[in-house]
Order: sequence, then C-alpha cells, then structure tokens
Amino acid sequence: MPRVKVQRKSTAIDMTAMCDVAFLLLTFFILTAKPKPEDPIKAEVPQSIITQPVPDDNMATLTVGQGKVFFSVDGTDVRKQLLQQMAEKYQEKFSQAEYDRFAVTEVFGVPFNALHQFLALTSEQKKTYQQPGIPNDTTSNNELFNWIREARVAAKVLHNKELRVSIKGDSKEEYPTIKKVIGILQKQKVNKFSLITALRAAPKK
Amino acid sequence: MAELDTSGGGKHKGGKVRSKKASTRVDLTAMVDLAFLLITFFMLTTTLAKPKAMDLAMPDKDEKTKDQLPIAASRSLTLLLGSNNRLEWYLGEPGKSAPTVEGYGKDDLRKTLIEKGKDVQAATGKFMFVVIKPSDKSNYKNLVDVLDEINITNIQGYGIVDITPAEIALLQKDGLY
Repeated sequence: MPRVKVQRKSTAIDMTAMCDVAFLLLTFFILTAKPKPEDPIKAEVPQSIITQPVPDDNMATLTVGQGKVFFSVDGTDVRKQLLQQMAEKYQEKFSQAEYDRFAVTEVFGVPFNALHQFLALTSEQKKTYQQPGIPNDTTSNNELFNWIREARVAAKVLHNKELRVSIKGDSKEEYPTIKKVIGILQKQKVNKFSLITALRAAPKK
Repeated sequence: MAELDTSGGGKHKGGKVRSKKASTRVDLTAMVDLAFLLITFFMLTTTLAKPKAMDLAMPDKDEKTKDQLPIAASRSLTLLLGSNNRLEWYLGEPGKSAPTVEGYGKDDLRKTLIEKGKDVQAATGKFMFVVIKPSDKSNYKNLVDVLDEINITNIQGYGIVDITPAEIALLQKDGLY
C-alpha cells in the first residue's frame, strides 16, 4: 500500500485583503484627524465631569495662562472680516497678503501695533516667538475688548449667529486674570460663556 | 519565503527555450507593515479626548436691572476660595457663625453641599443658593472644581460674586490669604 503523502502547503498568506483593510483604516484616520492648533502657551485645562463637547465652529476662544491672554476665533472668513474691522477702528492699513495670512492664523496674542511684525513671521519663527499676549488693562476700551466685540460683530454679519465665547484657562492661573477676562466679557453683556475643561477620568474605587 | 512556484519553465530538454514566466504575486508584507505603522501613528497623535465646554452664566452686571430679588441669607451658602487649594464656607450672614475650612475633594466640599442643601431644603422649603467668592489668591482650577461639584450635587442656584474686604479678613485669619 502506498503511503498517503501529505501535501505540503505554501506558507505564504494572501496579504491583499489585510492590506486593503489597513489602508482603509489609514485613510479614515487621516481624513477624520483635525490638526491640533498649536497653543502659544501650555494651557493645562482643569478637569470636570462635563461631557458636553466643544462645538466645532462659531466659537471664539480666549486662552489664558501666565497672566497673558490669547485670542482665537473659528472660520477664515470671520478672521478676515475681523481684521478689516479692527483695521478700520485703529486706522491701520494691511496688505492683501497680511489679510490672507491672518485668516489662517489660529491663535495670536500680540498688541495691535505689533501685528504687522507678527504676520511677517514664518511659521518656523512663530514657534519660537514669545507672544506677549493681548493688552487687557482695566480701562473699558482695551484691545481685548475690541477684538472680542469685533469678532462678535463679524460672526453676526457673516453667519447671522451669536458668537459663542469660551475661556480656556490654565489650571494654575491666578484668579485675578480670569476675573479681568470675565469682567471684559460682562462689560459687553456676554453673560453666558463656556469654560473649557478636560474630561475627568472615572474615579477609582 | 515559501512561494508557490508558478513558473512554468525549467525542464527544457530540447525544443524551444522559453523565457521564464515571472510570478504575478507581489509580497505585500512590507506594505501591510507600513500601513499599520502609519495607522498606529495617526491613532496615537490624534486627540481622542476632545475638550469639553462647561457653560457658565454670570449675573447681569448692568446697573439698570435693579429689580432682581435678593436671596434670603438663611438659604445662602457662601464659599470663600482661598490659597493653597483650601476654601472656607459659612451658611447665612457673614460674621454670625465662624466659617469652616475645607478642601475641594469629594469627601469635603461635596459632602457639605449635599448635607447643607438638605438642611436648607428642610428648614425653608426652598433650594439652597450658593455664592462663590473667589479671592485673588485662588486659582482657576479652584473655581472650576467648585462649579464641577455644584454640577455633581445638582444645585440649582449659584453665582460668582466679588469678595468683600471683610471676607478677605476671614481668610487671612485662617491663613488662607
């Protein structure tokens, strides 16, 4: 009787399906990922149990840390409009290139008269440039007040929606700075705003 | 790697010399490796925990609105936020009772808010109103912690108010300013 020969099978696996899945996932992650805006200062937000996510658009964020305040607003069209209004208010001229560059600037924190210089920086230089923060002294007509006010006007004009204002504060930030920012908001009757927090991990039992 | 030999050439005894048929199968292992490496990279770099927004409503500061109802002192709990992550609280009017010094944890502040809330509810039949007075020595985290505890204990009425010099003196007495 002849011995039954066990047929030797190839060890190579067909990788095509696996490759398909892997690249599908890769494409998904690349498309859904939203680049994190580079914060000019390290703001470690405090934790809370709130689970309401930050809305994706129509939002102005005031980043507060180390006594400095930075401003950012969503939407390139709003930013462009905002700079136009600010230029009008402060009698300043900006070139078209500067408008375009401001429209893609996520966060900034420089006094208005230093804006020309700030916009001229390349993205590499911006990383190392120490932004002094937006002046926010206690007088009622300070720059931060005007930035917020004009941003609200711009959002209203372009989207016909009330701009939501949120404060993103560093957890170590002393209260007087926060108080000043809240005071500025209250002066223009923004009595409802959001505090940005991180989700607190479930307590260990 | 062990690949199936699909080439049909090799044994040519006489006849035509055929060109060796190359295999059409490509080894995809390296490509899969690369794809998974990139997936891992993107998964790790994207921020999965999106920041959350805590809504906060401040009282209207406008001078014209003077018709707001005052809250009875008997059902107001005042929290004075001091330095070193400590706070003081007292119930009712200032100066009537000595404030209690406490931390922000769930065994300290949360317990107080729940207990006092029940007491006030039983005594007056209305919900307790919490007045938050952050001093200049407290930090932002303290404020968020208090608001968080208020959300957890489901307190309906609260407000952030400027601290008075008398209350700063109270904090100073306990070494929290």
